[in-house]
Amino acid sequence: MTPAAPVQLLPESRRGLLLGVRGWSAVIGVLAVIAVLIPLLNLAVPAGNPLHLGDYGVALVAKIMCYAICALAMDLIWGYTGILSLGHGLYFALGGYAMGMYLMRQIGHDGNYRSDLPDFMVFLDWKAMPWTWAGSASFVFQMILVVAVPAVVSGVFGWFAFRSRIKGVYFSIITQALTFAGMLLFFRNETGFGGNNGFTDFKRILGISIAAPSTRMVLFVLTGLTLVAFYLLARAIVNSKYGRVLQAIRDAESRVMFTGYDPLKYKLSIWVLSAVMCGIAGALYVPQVGIINPSEMSPAASIEMAIWAAVGGRGTLVGPIVGAFFVNGAKSWFTQAFPEFWLYFLGALFIAVTLFLPRGIMGIKDRLKKEKGVEVKA
Amino acid sequence: MRRLTLRSAFIALAAVLVMVAAPAWALDAAQARAIAVGDGDARIAALQDAVARADPGLATFAQALLDDSVKTTATGVFIVHDDKAVDAVTGQPARLPDDAEDVSNNNRMRGALQTALSGLRLVSPELATRRAAVDDLTKGDADPALLPVIAKAIARETDAGLKSRLERLKAAAQIAAPDRAQRLQAIQLLSNSGEPTVRALLQSRLAPDAETDLELRAALAHAVTQVDGRLAWGERLGVLFTGISLGSILLLVALGLAITYGLMGVINMAHGELMMIGAYTTWGVQNLFRHFAPGLFDAYILLAVPASFVVSAAVGAILERGVIRFLYGRPLETLLATWGISLVLMQGVRSLFGAQNVEVENPSWMSGGIAVTSNLVLPYNRLAIIAFAALVLLATWALISRTRLGLFVRGVTQNRRMASCTGINTTRIDTLAFALGAGIAGMAGCALSQVGNVGPDLGQSYIVDSFMVVVLGGVGQLAGTVLAALGLGLMNKMLEGIAGAVLAKIFVLIFIVVFIQKRPQGLFALKGRSAES
Repeated sequence: MTPAAPVQLLPESRRGLLLGVRGWSAVIGVLAVIAVLIPLLNLAVPAGNPLHLGDYGVALVAKIMCYAICALAMDLIWGYTGILSLGHGLYFALGGYAMGMYLMRQIGHDGNYRSDLPDFMVFLDWKAMPWTWAGSASFVFQMILVVAVPAVVSGVFGWFAFRSRIKGVYFSIITQALTFAGMLLFFRNETGFGGNNGFTDFKRILGISIAAPSTRMVLFVLTGLTLVAFYLLARAIVNSKYGRVLQAIRDAESRVMFTGYDPLKYKLSIWVLSAVMCGIAGALYVPQVGIINPSEMSPAASIEMAIWAAVGGRGTLVGPIVGAFFVNGAKSWFTQAFPEFWLYFLGALFIAVTLFLPRGIMGIKDRLKKEKGVEVKA
Repeated sequence: MRRLTLRSAFIALAAVLVMVAAPAWALDAAQARAIAVGDGDARIAALQDAVARADPGLATFAQALLDDSVKTTATGVFIVHDDKAVDAVTGQPARLPDDAEDVSNNNRMRGALQTALSGLRLVSPELATRRAAVDDLTKGDADPALLPVIAKAIARETDAGLKSRLERLKAAAQIAAPDRAQRLQAIQLLSNSGEPTVRALLQSRLAPDAETDLELRAALAHAVTQVDGRLAWGERLGVLFTGISLGSILLLVALGLAITYGLMGVINMAHGELMMIGAYTTWGVQNLFRHFAPGLFDAYILLAVPASFVVSAAVGAILERGVIRFLYGRPLETLLATWGISLVLMQGVRSLFGAQNVEVENPSWMSGGIAVTSNLVLPYNRLAIIAFAALVLLATWALISRTRLGLFVRGVTQNRRMASCTGINTTRIDTLAFALGAGIAGMAGCALSQVGNVGPDLGQSYIVDSFMVVVLGGVGQLAGTVLAALGLGLMNKMLEGIAGAVLAKIFVLIFIVVFIQKRPQGLFALKGRSAES
């Protein structure tokens, strides 16, 4: 079915190390760029200097790194397990909302209405917070929610769906319906999460001003570290026996079943993990972008996540990250330079990748390598 | 010289116009003065007195008062339009004295004038005017001051239906009368009604300080339950009708998908955009008719239906040839590619016709509706769509199960290789079947243009719904699609009455998710030994 990337395993002796020497050097290089070079260029180099990295650039990279975490999560379930979700925006938004609730409470008395309640509640003439906001003043509690809410929602949904062996396109369409239902729910004012405006105008996080350059840089580094950590986690998963069962499920689920494995456990666990990754990405996204609203749950937003993974190359772990940077970089360039043409480009990208590049950008690399190899041999 | 003659001609013309506009005048000077000047209560009393006698000429005068174009002097009353004064009593042109003062009306006076105008229209010789006046008066609170004129209208009325409505109007005005017998009579008459406004009126009389007579209160309560009984039927039928109407729209939207997805296994995320193209085609045909054949405007829909089918089918055929045929057997990739196509089509329409909605006007025969009961009106455009959906369904069914093309399509669906072996050109059948699905989507778009907004986002709002119908109905069976579409439509509208529109939609989506757990193949699964991958 899905054009699978060949299962590449490291030699037995090196498997405990996850990556080869070049791989680890690359990871260390990326870490150095994220944690040292970019903070220096942004904070230490004065604004006039050509080497200075502006706040806009930092914010853009931070945003894309959040998206890259989602793309990585999509890749784990789609590229490695063969389940296409068109509803991961739901988990991203749920994580974002959990973080947003805490940030709303951090505004405290400084809202437009000078009330203890968030502005939108005052606007709706509510006198007390609904039960869903009970723990929202506590950072720790909300961070638990960032993980727990996507985990529970995806767990319940996944358990029902995988148990009755819904798969393929049916599954994709149902996930799309679920995120659509979530969007409608969050659009309602009565649901208690700010209706169609969502949350915005954040002031502080953990009592520190959220707009301060140092806060932004801390969040940026945190996002980068999370991305690298998730990459390494994904690498570990993919190289493990568990990961090989996942790939077997992708390639021939019935045969996996017949050899005595229970696909439900494998599919459900990777499904929940990917939902949690998206939730955490959402939680990192909200304080840096400064807004969360129900449009993050729109079916279109979730399909875009699939295209990040597809453009970069499914079934490779670097691919989705590359894809997220490529597509979103193109998006921010197009929407500034030629806003009319962005949708044409995105649409064409969807078509071209599925028709000509089933293995994405990483596929091009492999193809070039192969051609070179042939030349050398000849 | 020439200028002068022109000018005198113009004056003569204006004078003639004024003469023509002035009806037979029979308002006497004292009355006109009493209505125009003095204390508010006295003015209203005078006005009501004049209405009761249905003085001709009063209408013009009352309208002039409403327009603030009446001026008075110590002796005369004048209507002034565009610096030309007319004596309000005689209707003859007059010179406006310098000391004339404006008449000002407070809101109470204005309300009384409005009621008076409606009351006067009750005795108009035109049936349509009388009917409109009854409509107006039925909407608001009945004014006891109008009783005389209503009585007069009842005596004169020849149209039976209108007469009974007038009786009801009279009862509504009488319900607060000081005379107990009159009130009882009014209550009894009103208890035969089935109108929401009558119910509200009866209910308002049940307020603690409204009706004090215990016996009458009991009669009122009884009347309310009687009216409620009638209203409930209208409401139930209304829910049923809107449910069927929504179901027919869903059916139209999902029928094309049932072919492309159900029969061919192609997930076409651009289905909604094919509908949008159909809707824009309808808009284009409408504009052509408006421009070149305005006389035949009402018939544009007859051309728009085939045109939207052809245009969407052509776009569909191009898509199939250009993109989708390379992706058969790879449903997830098809899904992404067609999503990309939908983005391109949407942006294309936006570039060509703008991001704003375009206006598609209904043919005149589609506006209005049949009033079944007072609170249930079946709009013609909704009825037309239900009939249209049934026709399209019938045609699709006949095409699939009764024609050679349908046989080929079913053959290719069931066993592509075997079909190919028997000499069927399978690639051509694929293209034709896809174009057929796309064309049906185009016709759905044409139908949607008659009830909703037409804009570049038209398709997006239906894509989730239409997939839900096909998923719920099960693939490969038209019967499943029909049942799922009507079922979802009815369920949606019934839940809407209980929980509101958004929650109803969420419940429906959750219901589908749960239902699919129980029956992963939908309502109607194809029986057979087709093993999964």
